[in-house]
Amino acid sequence: MIRALSGSVTRAVLLIVLAFVIIGPIANLVLWSFAERWYFPYKLPVSYGVRFWEIVFRPTGVAMQSLATSVLIALLTVAVALIVSIPAGYALARLKLPLRGLIMIIFLLPQAFPGVAIYINVAKFFYQLGIAGTVTGVVIVHASHALVYSVWITSAAFASIDRDLEHAARNMGASPLHTFFTVTLPLAAPGIIASAIFVFLESLDEFTGTFFVGVPTVNTLPLLLYSASMGGNYQIASITALILLVPSILFMLFVERFLKADVLSKVGR
Amino acid sequence: MTESRGLAVLLVAPALALVIALFVYPLAFSVASAFSDPSTGAFSLVNFEKAYELYSIDIAYTLFIVVAATALTAIASIAIAGYLTMGETPWLLTGLAWLYRWPLFIPFIVAAQCMRTFLAKNGLMNNTFVAAGVLDPTQTISFLDWRGVLITFVWKQTPFVALLLAGAMASLDRATIEAARNLGASRLRTLIEVVIPQVGPTLMVGSILSFVTMLSVLSVPVMVAGSQPTMLTVDMAFRINAYGDYNVANALGVISYLMTAVTAWIYLRQSVGERRDAP
Repeated sequence: MIRALSGSVTRAVLLIVLAFVIIGPIANLVLWSFAERWYFPYKLPVSYGVRFWEIVFRPTGVAMQSLATSVLIALLTVAVALIVSIPAGYALARLKLPLRGLIMIIFLLPQAFPGVAIYINVAKFFYQLGIAGTVTGVVIVHASHALVYSVWITSAAFASIDRDLEHAARNMGASPLHTFFTVTLPLAAPGIIASAIFVFLESLDEFTGTFFVGVPTVNTLPLLLYSASMGGNYQIASITALILLVPSILFMLFVERFLKADVLSKVGR
Repeated sequence: MTESRGLAVLLVAPALALVIALFVYPLAFSVASAFSDPSTGAFSLVNFEKAYELYSIDIAYTLFIVVAATALTAIASIAIAGYLTMGETPWLLTGLAWLYRWPLFIPFIVAAQCMRTFLAKNGLMNNTFVAAGVLDPTQTISFLDWRGVLITFVWKQTPFVALLLAGAMASLDRATIEAARNLGASRLRTLIEVVIPQVGPTLMVGSILSFVTMLSVLSVPVMVAGSQPTMLTVDMAFRINAYGDYNVANALGVISYLMTAVTAWIYLRQSVGERRDAP
């Protein structure tokens, strides 16, 4: 009885320590965002308030502009990624393609290589082309980096569709293109939406590529967070970080609803 | 037949072109730039000599951080996934399953900002220790150095590897676990001798992906630790922003590709070995 009880206490302590390790850093971020004054040796903020939230959410404030830039870039990145990935994913899933395995791997490479060395050279080319420091430049860098998600997941989504449904439509006289848009694409939609969410988040959170390609004119939320933090303005940095956290945590909580097991099991095949 | 193959190539072409223009070409360019003499453009190893001269400590430091962080991530992930698979206390299982995934989709730059405040001398971590009576206020030290980088990487990457491992463990044949347990093996021994060998490939894939990810991160070493020593990503950025020195920056880039290549080689050797062992 006593052994069982001490076992339970040990387990409870372990869980609390783990919770502190995982939630503690996030809690510190929340504390900082509401701390109007916080200095040594005080263990908690000296005074709390929403003054910095007002500064960040002021319609003309730099943070709102960064948020708008970030969302614009993320939406454009999703558009570019889907436009090239839907045909590519379909071809990879359904058509006979020479060197199919190699092509799948090529899409993975930008994620599998240390990016900084690539971005410094891309920034140099972009400068020569005159698209350094433009939204266009940042969008195509983000899209190339996120293609592994959009191509692999759309391909898995197409692969998980029952071919008999397409054959049925074709037998009833629908053209291949009509079949694709009325049968195949709607059935693949959940997987395509999942890939779009991945791409959106990847772009929203991207720092390194934007840091090299977007400076000094394109100022996204991660860049604002970086400059506020390096400038010692922890309140602005923490609030910006919390804004970036919201979509990430929502996605973590709901990812399984978007990405069904039948699609997941075919990713990367 | 030929027609459908042509159509397939046509459909893949735009996506492929994007990756070739923005990844394959810059990659080839960076390798060429690393191996060419800055003044004559001829083949030369002078950039590597200079990179080694200036940054040998940072090369060793980078390797140490990513190897140690990968190892600690693997251990933490095995502990979490192992408990999720074999744990017997329902409330602890629920609590752990709810907790461990939080950092999964948190961007590195946000994780860096969290840790920059949490691990500071006057951060929430030390303050909690002081309040709990574990530490005296005079004993607190800042963790914002290599330890902070290590902690941030492990904190951020463990949920990812643990998620993959827990998935692999869940799809194992329960009979092997039950058999070991019925024969009297403890849960720890069953985990080490029965479960881990069967999820080895998944652990390897997760670890390699983490390794490469950590090797590519710029924000964490900049925001969490001081400037010396630092990771190669920071050195590359500095080489470009301060000197416009693409040759040495690209040489450092090639060194980081080599670290990636070695892990890829280990992976390929292991998966080929497995195929050979398969009946």
